[in-house]
Amino acid sequence: MSSDQDHLKETDTEARFEFKKEQKAAFVAEKGLTEETIRVISEDKDEPEWMLERRLRALKQYQKMPMPTDWPGQPDLSKVNVDEIVPYIRPDVEVRGGVDDWRDLPDDIKDTFDKLGIPEAEKNALSGVGAQYESEVVYQNMQERWEEKGVVFMNMDQAVQEHEDIVKEYFMTKCVPPSDNKFAALHGAIWSGGSFVYVPEDVTVEMPVQAYFRMNSEGMGQFEHTLIVAEKGSEVHYIEGCSAPKYSAFNLHSGGVEVFVGEDAHVQYSTVQNWSKNTYNLNTKRAIVEKGGRMEWISGSMGSKATMLYPASILKGRGASDNHITIAFAGEGQNIDTGAKVYHNAPETKSTIESKSISKDGGRTNYRGLVHIANGAKNSSTAVECDALMFDNESTSDTMPYMEINESTVDVAHEATVGKIGDEDIFYLQSRGLDDDDAKQMIVSGFIEPITEELPIEYAVELNRLVELEMEGSLG
Amino acid sequence: MATLEIKNLHARVAEEDGEQILRGVDLEVKSGEIHALMGPNGSGKSTTSKIIAGHPAYEVTDGEILLHLEDDDFGDLEIPDDARTWNLLELEPNERAALGIFLGFQYPAEIEGVTMTNFLRTALNAKIDEREELLFGEDDEEEEEEAGYDTSPMEGNVDDGEVGVAEFQKLLKEKMELLDMDEKFMQRYLNAGFSGGEKKQNEVLQAAILEPSIAVLDEIDSGLDIDRLQDVSKGINALRDEQGTGILQITHYQRILEYVEPDHVHIMLDGKVVKSGDASLASDLEDKGYDWVREEVYEAA
Ligand SMILES: Nc1ncnc2c1ncn2[C@@H]1O[C@H](COP(=O)(O)OP(=O)(O)OP(=O)(O)O)[C@@H](O)[C@H]1O
Ligand SMILES: [Mg+2]
Repeated sequence: MSSDQDHLKETDTEARFEFKKEQKAAFVAEKGLTEETIRVISEDKDEPEWMLERRLRALKQYQKMPMPTDWPGQPDLSKVNVDEIVPYIRPDVEVRGGVDDWRDLPDDIKDTFDKLGIPEAEKNALSGVGAQYESEVVYQNMQERWEEKGVVFMNMDQAVQEHEDIVKEYFMTKCVPPSDNKFAALHGAIWSGGSFVYVPEDVTVEMPVQAYFRMNSEGMGQFEHTLIVAEKGSEVHYIEGCSAPKYSAFNLHSGGVEVFVGEDAHVQYSTVQNWSKNTYNLNTKRAIVEKGGRMEWISGSMGSKATMLYPASILKGRGASDNHITIAFAGEGQNIDTGAKVYHNAPETKSTIESKSISKDGGRTNYRGLVHIANGAKNSSTAVECDALMFDNESTSDTMPYMEINESTVDVAHEATVGKIGDEDIFYLQSRGLDDDDAKQMIVSGFIEPITEELPIEYAVELNRLVELEMEGSLG
Repeated sequence: MATLEIKNLHARVAEEDGEQILRGVDLEVKSGEIHALMGPNGSGKSTTSKIIAGHPAYEVTDGEILLHLEDDDFGDLEIPDDARTWNLLELEPNERAALGIFLGFQYPAEIEGVTMTNFLRTALNAKIDEREELLFGEDDEEEEEEAGYDTSPMEGNVDDGEVGVAEFQKLLKEKMELLDMDEKFMQRYLNAGFSGGEKKQNEVLQAAILEPSIAVLDEIDSGLDIDRLQDVSKGINALRDEQGTGILQITHYQRILEYVEPDHVHIMLDGKVVKSGDASLASDLEDKGYDWVREEVYEAA
C-alpha cells in the first residue's frame, strides 16, 4: 500500500508518534451520518430515550447550520466531509465499558500507550487515569479515597446510566447547546465516550484527574464529551492529553467540554493536543463560573492539520475569575486557529489571557479572542497578552483580539506582539557553541517560558517535549 | 598554543550588490598574547570579528582564516595530527566555538526566557561534545533515545552532558566572584534587561566559562563605569594568565589598555589593517587622532 510507504518515509524523527496498529474493532458503524446511524449508536449504548432525542435534535441542527467559511484567515474546512468518517469505533476489549486494571488491557493498546511514553512518568505522578482508545474508555481507575469523598470520575457513557439526573440536567443544555456552532451540533448528535467528573461541595481533589485520548483508526472521528461539575467550594484539576498516529485519510476530532464551576469553586482544565497532521480538530469548550469561582484554561495546540479552539468562560457571578493560557505551534501545512472567549456578566469579574504562538515552514497561527464586558459588570478587569513568533518569511501569524466593552468602570489592558525569530539572536547562541537547531529551540523555549513556568510540572514537561519533537521534526 | 591567522581577508555584505567592507585584513593572534585593534568608526573592526565567528551576513571574497592548534590547547586532550590546522571559513559558528573561538559582541543579544545558568551549561556541554566530534570524528553511536520521558527540558539539556548541574554551579559561582558579579544574575534571563555595562561584563563571564583559545572582544570597554572597567580588565587578564587565551581586543580608548596591556596594537582603516606597533601606538592615537595615520598611509600609496 502506498500510504504505508509514505508513512515509513516519515518515521525517523517522530517514530513514536507514527505507528499504526492493526485495527481491531468489535463494532464499526456504517459510513455516513443519518438518523438511522444515530439510532444505532444510541441503541448500542442502551441510552435512555431523552438522550436519543437530544442526539436527534442536534443532528437536525447540524444539518441546518452552514459551515463557517468567512472568518478572516480561518482554516479551510472544505475537505471536512463528515459522511466519510466512520464515527464510532469500539476497541476490542473483553469487558464492555472498560477494564479496571492497566494489566487487563489488550497488549496492542498497552503498546500504543507505552510508545506515547505515558505510563512510566504519568502513572506515578497522577493517580487517576482514564485512557480513551478509539471511541471508548477502556481503562478507568480512581483512587478509593476520592470515592469516599463522593468524587465521581467515569466514562461519560457510563455516567448517562449511573448518574442520569446530573447528566440530564447539565449535558449540552445550559453550557454548550448544540446550536452554538455546527461542530457542537455534530458533536451533540454523535458524541461517544469522554469523561464525567463530579466533585461534591467543599471537596478538594489533590491530584490532577487525567485522561488521554487516542484515535487509531483510519477515517475515524472522535467525539468525546467531557462534563465537569464542581460544586460550591470544591477544587479540581483535569488534564486532557491527545496524540494520534498519522494516516493518509483525514480524521475529524470534534470534542465537547462543559465545565460548571460552582460558587467559590476552582477548576483547572489543561489540554495537550498533538493530533496527527491530517486531523481537523474542531472543539467547543466552555465553562460557566458562579460567584467567586475560578476557571483556568490551559491549552497547548501542537498537532492537527487545522485546529479551531476558543475555550470560553462565562463569568456569571460576582467576583468570578478566569485565566487562559494558550500555546500554539504550527508547522508546514498547519493552520492553528486558537484563542479565548470571556464574557464578564457580573460585577468585579476578572480575566487574564496569555497566548503564545509559533509558526514555521509556512505554518499559520491565529489568535482569535473575544472579551465581552456586559453593561453593569462594574469594576471588572481584563488583561490580554498575545505574542507570536515566526520562524521564516513563509509563516504567518495574526492576532484578532476583539473587545466589546459595555461598561465604563472597568480596567482593560491589552498587548500584542508579532515578530520573526532574530537572526542575530540565533548567531549569538551559535557563537557560544549551540548548533543552529539547538539555538532555535532555546529561543522557542524561552519564548514560551513565561507561560510554562506557571504550569503544573507534569504538564509543562509534556508540553516542552512536544515542542521539542515539533522542532526536531522540522529542523532535524 | 593556538594561533589565529587571518590572511588577506576580503569580504562583502552577502546580498546582491552588497558593499565591500574588508579589503585585505592581515592579523595573527597567538595564545597568551594581547592585541588591540583600533580604527575609526565604520572601518570594519566589528565586521572582522563577526567573520571570524562565522556570521552569515558576510561573504568572504578572498583570503582565509586559519586556526592552528597544539597539544596543550585543550588540557590533556590529545589533538590528532590531521586535526591541527582548521580552515575556519569552512566551519559553522558553533564548530568554531568548539575549537576555541570566542566573540564578545559589541551589542550582545537579549534572549528572553532563557536563564543564564541553563544557557551557559548547555553551551559548555555543546562545546565539549562538538569538539570531540570534530577532533575524533563521530562519537560512538549516540545512545538510542529510549521511548518515554527523561528529564524535563526546563531543567536544562535533556541529557546531562559532560558538566553536571552541581559542578557547573560551582564553576559559575567562582567565575562570577572573579568578575565581582552578583549571584542573582545566574537566574536572570540572558542579557534581558541587563544594563549596557552588565551586558559587557556578562560577555567576559561567558568567555571565562567557555575557556576559549582565542577571544575577540568587540568594544568590551564601552559603557563601563570606572569600577566595572577594572573588574572586566581583571577578567580579561585572568583569561590570558590562567587559561592562556589569546586576546584580540577592539577598542576606541586608551583607557582599558592601561589595565589590559597590549603586546601589539593594530590600526584599521577602510577595511584594512594599515599599521601595527606596540602599546605606544595607542597613546599616539590618543594624542593625535587618526588623521596622521590616514595621511601616512595615503602618502605612501
Ligand atoms: N550587514 C551589513 N549590511 C550593510 N552594511 C554593513 C553591514 N555590516 C557592516 N556594514 C558596514 O560596513 C562598515 C564597517 O562596519 P563595522 O561595524 O565593521 O565598523 P566598526 O569598525 O566596527 O565601527 P565602530 O567603531 O563604529 O563600531 C560600516 O560602514 C557598516 O555600515
Ligand atoms: Mg564596531
